[in-house]
Parts: sequence; C-alpha cells; structure tokens
Amino acid sequence: MNRKTALHAEHVAAGAKMVAFAGWDMPLNYGSQVEEHHAVRNGAGVFDVSHMTVVDIAGPGARGFLRRLLAGDVERLAEVGRALYTTLLNETGGIVDDLIAYRMRQGYRLVVNAATRDKVLDWLRTRVTGEVTVAERDMAILAVQGPEAIACCESVGVLRAAVLPARFNAVTAGNRTIARTGYTGEDGLEIMLPNEEAPALWRGLLGAGVHPAGLAARDTLRLEAGLNLYGQDMDESVSPLAANLGWTVHWNPQERDFIGRRALERERSAGVATKLTGLALTVRGVMRPGQRVVTEAGEGAVTSGLFSPTLGYSIALARLPAEASQAADVLIRDKPLPARIVRPPFVRRGHAE
Amino acid sequence: MSETPNELRYAETHEWAREEDGIVAVGITDHAQDALGDVVYVELPEPGQWVAAREEAGVVESVKAASDIYAPVTGTVVAVNEQLEDAPELVNQDPYGDGWFFRIEPDDAAELGELLDADTYAETCAAEDE
Repeated sequence: MNRKTALHAEHVAAGAKMVAFAGWDMPLNYGSQVEEHHAVRNGAGVFDVSHMTVVDIAGPGARGFLRRLLAGDVERLAEVGRALYTTLLNETGGIVDDLIAYRMRQGYRLVVNAATRDKVLDWLRTRVTGEVTVAERDMAILAVQGPEAIACCESVGVLRAAVLPARFNAVTAGNRTIARTGYTGEDGLEIMLPNEEAPALWRGLLGAGVHPAGLAARDTLRLEAGLNLYGQDMDESVSPLAANLGWTVHWNPQERDFIGRRALERERSAGVATKLTGLALTVRGVMRPGQRVVTEAGEGAVTSGLFSPTLGYSIALARLPAEASQAADVLIRDKPLPARIVRPPFVRRGHAE
Repeated sequence: MSETPNELRYAETHEWAREEDGIVAVGITDHAQDALGDVVYVELPEPGQWVAAREEAGVVESVKAASDIYAPVTGTVVAVNEQLEDAPELVNQDPYGDGWFFRIEPDDAAELGELLDADTYAETCAAEDE
C-alpha cells in the first residue's frame, strides 16, 4: 500500500494520473505534461513534493556531525536561513544521496530524496556521536515554480508573515518554512508546512492561476535545467567529481575530514576517468536512459534522456569518457544518431543556453 | 474512458485500421495515445515499402516512451501522413482522424477480418487497465 500525501484528494479532483513512486502515490500528470512544463517555464506551476524526506538535525553536536557527513561544509551557512546543495558520501566517495541542508534557528534541516529515505535515515542514525538528534518531520511540501511563482504566492498571502527570502535562502514563519529553492531552473518557492494546512494553500494557488504539475513535468524541467536525478544520473558507484557535482564539495578547510574525502582526493589526483555531461540530439528522435553513446574517446551511456518541450529536440545527460568532446553518436534502436556534447544546463530561466 | 469507434478494426498492439475504397488507413488508438502521453516524434515507413502484418512498420516516441507501430495487415504502403513530422501532437488530439500514420494497399483485403472488432478491443484495454 503506497503512502498518500495530504494533497491526494486534490490531485484526484484536478484529474491527475496517479502512479506509484518511491512508495508513494504521486501525480504523474494532470492531462498533459507538456502543458504543465510550459506553464512552469512561462507562468507558474505547483508540484506536490511532500514525498521528499525532511530530517531535522539538532543538538550541540549537530554542526560537527554534518561537517563530518556532508561533502559541503555547513560551516559556510553563516546565517539562519542559508541553504546548501550537497551530497552525502560513503567511504569510497560514492554518492549516498544528494540533498539540501538549511540552517535553522535550532540546528539544521535536510531535505533528502523519497526513494532513499530508509537508507539515509539509517545512514545518519548509525553515525551519530555525541549530543545529536535526528528527527524525521512529517509535513507537506509545495514547490511553486516559474517566472510568476512568487507573485502568485504573494497574491495568496504566503509571504504575509515573512519577507521574501533571497535565492537559496529560507525563512521560517510560524510553522512554515519558505525556501527560495527548486528543481526546475526557474525562480520560485518551496513551502514546507503542516499537512493539514496544505489543501487550502493548494486550492488557493490553483485559484490564483497556478497550474498543477506532476512528476513527468518535473523530470523534463529538471533535465533542461541540467539537474541530476538520484538513482539515475548518480548513485553509490559514482563520486560527485564524476557526476558534474565537484562544485558541491568543499575542500577547504583541509582539516575537515568528511566521509569520502580521502577517496575523492585520490580520484582527483589520479584524474577522473568519466564525466557526466549533456547531449543535444541534432536529428529527430528521443534519447532514453541506457542507450549507448559512441565518442572518439570511447563509449558511454545515456543516464537521463527525453524530449525537451522548451527546445523542441531531445536532450540527455550521459556518462562519457572524460576526454570526449564536441560530438557523439547515440545508438537509438541500434541506429547511430548524431548529438552534440554540451555543458548543462540546456535551459535557464525560460531560455535556451 | 477511451473511444473505440465501431466502424474500425483493431490490433491487440493498439493500432486501428479503416478500409476506404480498398486502401487501409492505419493509426494508433485513443487508448494507446492516452497511455503514451504527449507524442513528440513519429517515424513512418517509406511510401512504396512492403510491410508484413504484425511486423514493425514505424515508431512513435512520446515524452514517456518509444513504442513500435505494427502493420495490422500485409501490403504496400501507398501514403504516409507527412503532417505528423511537424505536428506529432495530432496523434493525441485526433487519433482516429488527422493523427493517422500511413495507408496500406493490402495484399489480401480479407486479412482485415482477422483483426478485433471494437467491443473485443475495448475489452482487451479494460483488462489491461485492471
């Protein structure tokens, strides 16, 4: 039996096609995922992302604990409300999960993937030393995204008791945390709130002209924005250096001995053998995960591939030999089709890069 | 609920076939387009190409997946819907009309009778959905 979010009845009422996702019953689309995609690029869309796992880390040892566990350094979160996108690594430098860490008034809040919930909670709890509490929070999360998202949120009073946070910051107002973050490449807010308050906010946003958007649109939007999906573009067999996430690793100060650091240092000095990069298909067709990619430097594979509604052609993330550049052939139904090797993102704030 | 017009014949692989003056028009069903989601690209056979019943004659790519299109009858392709090249969304908007894929001149017109009628096809879809 899959878990249902507090918005389940709202999804059904909005005509959602519901699917099982990471143990949850989630909306795939509300009719047309392409329309939902364009609504987010051109106006505003709202996603129910309550399936994501919210974990609060508190206690006097919280900061030291996260400085040991995360590849990014929470010490850099100089003020309450600041956020950091980073990874949780294992001893070999493989990615256990990617997450956002927020500095809260009391400790830190981590938002981790739904599919990795049990693994990550176990990972955190078994590594606790000293006075640290690890508490999962059962709450709803609405991601309102798009160029009109903030104006729509303001029109329904989301920011009545809070100032608009700066990008990649959060504010707490009463029992809500409002973060200026997202997974679409657009401006917008992610609102964490008690389950019982979620349906009214959802209905208010829809009434303000915000388009409901499902998991399928979330996937096309995040790939256009060049954002990795855990379990598809990265997993425990891949380090952040090989997953285009080197920027999420904070090497300084050198004495910060985070889990996986030594493995990453070895990989960095030996040279990273593969890279995760973008592909843009130059002919008709659609790249899909698992397809083989042939380059002059050797072979690789598509990790995420789909048709980009914004660009009108197929885009992908692919794991390729580090030396591969410029051109590749993607084997689509055994036919080699030409693609350009490009640096993600493909789309930023509504426009082709 | 998907539409399955009575005057058409259907393949279990979700193509429809409509006979008009000895030529068989082929497309995918309302049920199929709904399951695929937004269609973004259709690969059609070449006019003049001979295709065998139940064998691959093209591919439809949606935002979700690639799916083979099978010829419902054996014969020669006499026309393809070139509109789909620029407007693949016609497959979603009008699967039984402007969203047609190709037309076949059948080797044996009686082969059409081996396809499913609307009620039987609708039952197949209902069973799949369960």
